[in-house]
Amino acid sequence: MSQKANLKNSGYLRVKNIDKSFGSFRALKNVSFQADRGELISVLGPSGCGKTTLLRVVAGLEKQDSGEVFVGDRDLSNYPISKRNVGIVFQSYALFPNLTARQNIAYGLKTRKLKKSEIDRKVDALLQLTGLKGLGRRYPAQLSGGQQQRVALSRAIAVSPDILLLDEPLSALDAKVRVMLRLEIRQLQQRLGVTTIMVTHDQEEALTMADRILVMDQGKLVQEGTPHEIYEHPATPFVASFIGSMNFIGNAVKQDQGVYKVGEHILHVSGENGSAQIKEQSGAILAIRPENVMILPNEEGRANVIKAQVEAIEYRGAMFRVGLKLPLGGDTKVLIESDMPSEKISRLNISENMVIPVHFPTDRLRVYQA
Amino acid sequence: MIKTTIAAIDTEKWIRYTMILMVCIWLAVVVVLPLFQLLSKSVVDLEGNFVGIANFIHYFKTPSLFNSFGNSLFVSVMTTIFSVTLGFLYAYALTRTNLPYKNFFNAIAMMLLFSPTLLNGITLVYLFGRKGLVTLGFFGAIPGWNIELYGPVGIIISEVIFTFPQAVLILSVALRMTDARLYEAADSMGASGFQTFITVTLPGIKYGLLSSVLVCFILAFTDFGAPKVVGGNYNILATDIYKQVIGQQNFIMGAVVSVVLLIPTVIAFIMDRIVQRKQVSMIAAKSVPLQPKINRFKDRLFLIFCGFISLVIMGFFATALFASLVKVWPYNLNLSLDHYNFNRMGGGGYSAFFNSIKMSFYSAVVGTAISFTSAYLIEKSRGMPLMRQAAYFLSILPLALPGLVIGLAYIFFFNTTSWNILGFYLPNPLNSLYGTMAILVLSNVVHFYTVSFLTATTALKQLDREFETVSESMSVPFYKTFFKVTMPVCLPAILEIGIYYFVNSMATVSAVIFLYSADIPLAAVAVANMDDAGDIAPACAMSVLIVLTNVVVRVGYGLVTKGIRARTEKWLSK
Ligand SMILES: Nc1ncnc2c1ncn2[C@@H]1O[C@H](COP(=O)(O)OP(=O)(O)OP(=O)(O)O)[C@@H](O)[C@H]1O
Ligand SMILES: [Mg+2]
Repeated sequence: MSQKANLKNSGYLRVKNIDKSFGSFRALKNVSFQADRGELISVLGPSGCGKTTLLRVVAGLEKQDSGEVFVGDRDLSNYPISKRNVGIVFQSYALFPNLTARQNIAYGLKTRKLKKSEIDRKVDALLQLTGLKGLGRRYPAQLSGGQQQRVALSRAIAVSPDILLLDEPLSALDAKVRVMLRLEIRQLQQRLGVTTIMVTHDQEEALTMADRILVMDQGKLVQEGTPHEIYEHPATPFVASFIGSMNFIGNAVKQDQGVYKVGEHILHVSGENGSAQIKEQSGAILAIRPENVMILPNEEGRANVIKAQVEAIEYRGAMFRVGLKLPLGGDTKVLIESDMPSEKISRLNISENMVIPVHFPTDRLRVYQA
Repeated sequence: MIKTTIAAIDTEKWIRYTMILMVCIWLAVVVVLPLFQLLSKSVVDLEGNFVGIANFIHYFKTPSLFNSFGNSLFVSVMTTIFSVTLGFLYAYALTRTNLPYKNFFNAIAMMLLFSPTLLNGITLVYLFGRKGLVTLGFFGAIPGWNIELYGPVGIIISEVIFTFPQAVLILSVALRMTDARLYEAADSMGASGFQTFITVTLPGIKYGLLSSVLVCFILAFTDFGAPKVVGGNYNILATDIYKQVIGQQNFIMGAVVSVVLLIPTVIAFIMDRIVQRKQVSMIAAKSVPLQPKINRFKDRLFLIFCGFISLVIMGFFATALFASLVKVWPYNLNLSLDHYNFNRMGGGGYSAFFNSIKMSFYSAVVGTAISFTSAYLIEKSRGMPLMRQAAYFLSILPLALPGLVIGLAYIFFFNTTSWNILGFYLPNPLNSLYGTMAILVLSNVVHFYTVSFLTATTALKQLDREFETVSESMSVPFYKTFFKVTMPVCLPAILEIGIYYFVNSMATVSAVIFLYSADIPLAAVAVANMDDAGDIAPACAMSVLIVLTNVVVRVGYGLVTKGIRARTEKWLSK
């Protein structure tokens, strides 16, 4: 099925201007987003930013103070969860302990007036699909964490929901199982083509699984985009530091289009990264990811090169993280980090207290309003 | 448009809303309104005119009435001191020493929970009464010892026996909860045993200690059975209420004394609620269980102590059983079942016994159903916070009400044929319940409601909050999940509540003594009446029957439900 081409499928789930307060505390502030049919959207943000609340509003478990929720052409804003046709998987899985895996999966089907043989067939197919074949007769307590999670997922998709909602579905599992299940859930979701919203606070999970990511902070949606867009072009310093690491160099002053003065140095930025609205002579923050900070011997005097002192060298497995002290003139110094392959460290013979030229590629620097 | 509106109606929510509302209304009708009626009777004169606190002034100015208040306080405080001290030592031995046969010692203490306070009194009469075993020096074998049983001494001993297992229960929980790491820290700082006790043990169980003090006080302060048997001429509030109402037919003064009884009880009750809330927040923190160190001297000392207490308890039950079986105490000690032939006696005999079983069974079924369903609705519903809080508060309230107060309030409430509200006569639709089995069952359901409700709530809290949500998301109606998941998983707790209702309904006398009618005699009431008439041996026999029934039911329940409990444990093990 070609989903992108079908116009009806774009904006299949539409969430508009949601506001939600608990007492005087505003948990969601004017949140809007859309999801195409078959898309996996990940909601990412720090603890307490309102991810779960957003999911519960979409599910119909919390009533929004204002705003609307549409699925297809149905306005679900005032519907209870039982009439929204959503599948939901909680962090705790909430498997019924007194029912076997089979019975858990069949639970929602029983009320749908299906024939027993049809239910059996459907449950078998789901067990097969989620790699639970042969485990159907076990009780949840007799299954491993990963298996329980798969039963929960099967139970949620058994009733063919329009929207699948996952609240931190993998956070109760250990790291290895988590990585494996990430892939499995993603494949399953794509095979079924079910529109999915997954809440997580694990950026790696979001980056590897999602078609698009919504980044939230303090009840507000701060950025949405593909994993690539979010990583490469974080819209705010918050997003930049929340996803991956980011070096910030404050106290920059805009001299001209693409030219910034940092202390006694001048740094050029290509493309301006949407910061055209910063006025000349006004303050800015420059940012660059550690993997983009280059250490170049013998390239002094070139544009965007500043000499820095090596503060610390930290072993990180495949690479080293080098702490650098960047003099900005006078006594002002900025600490930044650079990620470098081990091979380069030994080739350049880099050691602590060494002074080396550091290069900031113009197309890798980002600019934020101070 | 209309279709959308209909689809948007959250039927489930409305059903739940209605049901919680019904819980509130039901509790208002069976608890608040009767209580209100009782309170209002305490401020009117015999003609029903409002007289403010005149009745209370009269009460406090009349020494024969007011003395009882001091007497009640005295016996309850003494009981509390003995009970908590002994209970603490016993619980300490069970939790903090290497006492052998801990299960046995625990079971012996818990045996006392089966003993109605009437039986405590009667057994004491056989031990320390005018012709008691000890008073006569074991039928002349050794010099006799008269402890002046009738009066405060007898009441206090009976109440200590009654409250001791409660103190052991509460204090064992508190002692078990303390974090072992604190003791390790104290050890590492070289604190002596006594220092550790003062600085670690006592602070660690302060809430448990307070709670046991309050609970023992309330139980002793409001008990009716023991003082009825061994009180003699020593008046206390509980017996005063009975005498005012049954003896003198002075219902107004009965209501006044009830209020006097109710006030300290409610205060102690509120304090206990606060203390328990604090204790719960303490349990929430993770703690490492303590492994008692081996200390020969200490372990021996506690073995002797527990051995002694157990012997006393077993001797106590043996005396009761023996006394019910001898022909004529203390002159003819040949065994016979004569006293179990109640036909010659007043009080109803075996029909009373079987009525009691019937009543207890109905109370168990109805009480369990209502308390569990209410706990479910309150615990597992989303939204409606105010209604749920109101329902929760009303569910806790009955615990503060002594049985006598419930009984008297029910007389007032259900005996009224109509109320005069601002000149309008509102007939009482519940009046027809008066004098029926239904009102007896109802009084038991309410009397033992709170403990059942809290047991159910605790069990429900252990289930995942999202069971309901997940079912709803699959459009499965909530009652289906209630029957298919919630109830099966909570089955052990449900059965436990049923047993609790049965056992207590069998033994209770305080509420039902006001409410039974001549054509529905009850076993526990028969005990009181036979004792009144001086037929103490059959009274003892009937009490023994009550205790035996409860033991059989409890043990049978344990055997029958072993499989169920094992199955549930398997489900819930992670
Ligand atoms: N029922 C409620 N009543 C009051 N406040 C609430 C309620 N539910 C959530 N909140 C508050 O709303 C804010 C957002 O909560 P939410 O559960 O959505 O956070 P989250 O982003 O899912 O966090 P986490 O990553 O920790 O799960 C929090 O500050 C929380 O305390
Ligand atoms: Mg959350």
